[in-house]
Amino acid sequence: MGTSEQWLAWLGMATVISPVALLLLLGTSMLAGLRASELWVGQLTRAAVLIGLLATLGVLVLMLVTGVRYVPVGLGDWVHLGGTGHEFSFHLKFNFDRLSVPFTILVFVLCGTISEFAQRYLHREAGFRRFYLLYALFLAGMVVSSLAGTIETLFLGWEFVGLSSAMLIAYFHERRGPVQNGLRVWAVYRLADAAFLVAALAMHHLHGHGDFGHFTGVGPWPDGRADLGAGPAMLVGLLLLVAAAGKSALVPFSGWLPRAMEGPTPSSAVFYGALSVHLGAYLLLRVNPVLQESWIVRLLVVAVGLATAISAAISARVQSDVKSALAYASLTQVGLIVVEIGLGLNYLALIHIIGHASLRTLQLLRAPTALRDWQQIENAIGPESPVRDGRLGEAAPGWAAIAVYRFGLERGFFDTLLDRFLVAPLMGLFRESDRLERIWTDWLDRRPSRESDLAELHPEGEGE
Amino acid sequence: MGELHGAWLELAIAVPLLGAWCVQLARDVRTARSLAGAFAGVTLVLAGAEWIDFQSLHVFEAHDDSRWLGWAGLNDVLVVDKLTAPLLPLVALVHFLTVVSTPLNKAQRFSFGWTLVAEALVLATFSCRASWCLVGLLLAGLVGPWVELRRRGASTRVYSFHMGSFAVALVTGWGLWLHGPASWKPAALICLAFAALIRSGTVPLHCWVSDLFEKATFGTAILTVAPLTGALVAMRLVLPFSPQWVLQGVAVMSIVAAVYAAGMALVQTEARRFFCYLFLSHSSLVLAGLEVARPLGLCGALSVWISVTISLTGFGIVLRCVESRIGRISLAGFHGLYGQMPTLAGFFLLTGLASIGFPGTVGFIAMELLVEGVVEVWPWIGVGVVVTAALNGIAILKVWFRIFAARKRDELIPLGVRWPEKFAITLLTVLILAGGIWPQPGLRSRYRAALELLEHRRTESGMVLQPISPPPSALRVFPNHPP
Repeated sequence: MGTSEQWLAWLGMATVISPVALLLLLGTSMLAGLRASELWVGQLTRAAVLIGLLATLGVLVLMLVTGVRYVPVGLGDWVHLGGTGHEFSFHLKFNFDRLSVPFTILVFVLCGTISEFAQRYLHREAGFRRFYLLYALFLAGMVVSSLAGTIETLFLGWEFVGLSSAMLIAYFHERRGPVQNGLRVWAVYRLADAAFLVAALAMHHLHGHGDFGHFTGVGPWPDGRADLGAGPAMLVGLLLLVAAAGKSALVPFSGWLPRAMEGPTPSSAVFYGALSVHLGAYLLLRVNPVLQESWIVRLLVVAVGLATAISAAISARVQSDVKSALAYASLTQVGLIVVEIGLGLNYLALIHIIGHASLRTLQLLRAPTALRDWQQIENAIGPESPVRDGRLGEAAPGWAAIAVYRFGLERGFFDTLLDRFLVAPLMGLFRESDRLERIWTDWLDRRPSRESDLAELHPEGEGE
Repeated sequence: MGELHGAWLELAIAVPLLGAWCVQLARDVRTARSLAGAFAGVTLVLAGAEWIDFQSLHVFEAHDDSRWLGWAGLNDVLVVDKLTAPLLPLVALVHFLTVVSTPLNKAQRFSFGWTLVAEALVLATFSCRASWCLVGLLLAGLVGPWVELRRRGASTRVYSFHMGSFAVALVTGWGLWLHGPASWKPAALICLAFAALIRSGTVPLHCWVSDLFEKATFGTAILTVAPLTGALVAMRLVLPFSPQWVLQGVAVMSIVAAVYAAGMALVQTEARRFFCYLFLSHSSLVLAGLEVARPLGLCGALSVWISVTISLTGFGIVLRCVESRIGRISLAGFHGLYGQMPTLAGFFLLTGLASIGFPGTVGFIAMELLVEGVVEVWPWIGVGVVVTAALNGIAILKVWFRIFAARKRDELIPLGVRWPEKFAITLLTVLILAGGIWPQPGLRSRYRAALELLEHRRTESGMVLQPISPPPSALRVFPNHPP
């Protein structure tokens, strides 16, 4: 192994290990009940982000200098079972290429910025340490997902991102709204995770392992070609599209994104405005060679992206708070990014992600002072003239304008549709089963069989 | 067969029996709890010694040192093998931690004597080969919960109906298998499979489990289900002898049960019932994996068995701790207890997530293996496993929010975790995280056990059993599926 290869391997490992070490340190101290000072937490986070960022930049420089386009870094087999014709291995492999390196740099830059912002924004907040623990979980998840060389590794990071996101939305857990929204996001993520896992299993069966290099064929990103038939590619592609739709709030799962803004501003900015919301798009970029094998999947990707962009653009225009408006503005761009991916414009999509994520982070961080900014602008240039409808709005018939307004105000009816046609029937079915079970046990007992019916809602007292 | 260097099995069974007798002599509840904890601790040490000793022998199965009760013929009955060697200390650990973490207000109703007797019975059951002795021990294990229900003045009809059916199916099945004509063997296997399904609480034969959680003490309910005795029935009495169609039937029923129980966990309005369905869902997954009878699936099921026992015992202990402070936990509203018990909130989340195989916990790779193994044989059933994990994940976070969030409370009474509770949960947390970060040794041990169990299934059953081949539909979905 040459010197540059050795350096690449070391730097690659440092990129992955630094956020994982941060997570372990903060997690262990929390579990042990230690109350680390804000200063210590901040310094530790800063060090981990800086090490990770510098290491990734080092990888980038070395790749540019040596002209290498693809650097696999293996940490070995986490688990390996086999020797009898039934093999199973969980290989911890990370790929540094033209897709993962820019995205990882973006992750470190934005997370670093947010960490510095949050140290002041959340100063002396009761949940300061909890925020940073979840932040570390998110950072580790994002870095692992971005660099994952196997689908199992990607799934590992994907799960970290999901949990941290849901818990951060419910950060202000003493209020009911954030908690309910956090649970809703978690439910959508679990659905996306299930689709992802089934896709991973299908890939395993098609190739015997989950290494991206094998099912995206020969050639570094984005030139790889998958050696799948159209049928299997369609099956896997559709499952991955569902997974990406859940993670990136694409239609019909768009409803979770504005709900995610219940969290503290730093988390809204970096997670739902910048990084988390792009993770689904990133997944589609990563598996683009699979998508390219099936025109049906490509068509669906474009359709879903377009539907998301249009519906989000409409909803953004009727939001009454700045964070929700920004959330839908984000979603509009994510929809367009997905359209670009469907059309095979991979580099454009990547650049779009990076530019959009940076802009949106800045906007969301300025959101708490939006009124003050507005006043400053008005003081400088005078009050703005009242907003008027555009030409299209003026030309449209009244009923159409009302329908579009209603569509926007109801956020595309997506949550309503999911609730009515998916959640309600499912919950109804299980509640009915519960009722039947009660009838059965009551009949066997010849009296009411459930002591739990007597459980008081708040035997401990009202508290509040 | 190898021979252990001590009489670990016999001692591990005798010590809790002796402890049960001593506990009866205790004058007050505190002394009884201390005595029970001490005897359960010694049992844990003995069971641990058995495991270490067995590992050093490098054999498939071993019995106690024959200088001990060999004259009584126990050496042929009490045998530890690669399947049960790690399960014995696990069972002892579950009992030890449950006893140690019992708060005083729960100790008034929780019978330490019966718990130690139950521990001895479970350890004996797990150390027993397929025999009438095993059948007898399985039946004896039903008595403790029944007595507790009677003592509490609760109706035993649901429990008696299901466990009576279990007993009839078990005795009939084993009797027919051993003594019936060849033409009755399929009926015998169906009876035994039926018994395994009832004991595992597989839908629609599961109501006894929810009834037990309703009426018995939480500790007894946890200890009755946590060792997954139903899975042991399947391993000992069904898997070695059954042809493909029986295994397939059990696996399909188990997966349906797993999805059903996961859905039911979502709609429960009381914490014990929620825990019950969460457990049923996981035990059904284990049963489904066991019936795959392929190395990866079996290894996954054996690993999930251990991970589920560890994580859900921890989860149950946390719920029991919360219940001991605020009474039966209604899930119809929010309690907002995070501020009062942040440590318990953290452990609740960790153990709950570990049970669904969250990355970094002991169940992650185990669940992956289980899914992989099941999909290898029946792809659509594998999808059922994934759906189950998704629903369980939603249910766990939902209940976490219900208990610990969405309300602001200012308590004057301290509700924080006590040190014995913290010790119990911390120990389980260490196991959960250590097994998650460094899973290879545990999985390798389970993989070898799976291979040897399958080898024994081929050689000792006396039946020519073909490995289960994937159905044609699987080949259509995955055209490159290895034959």
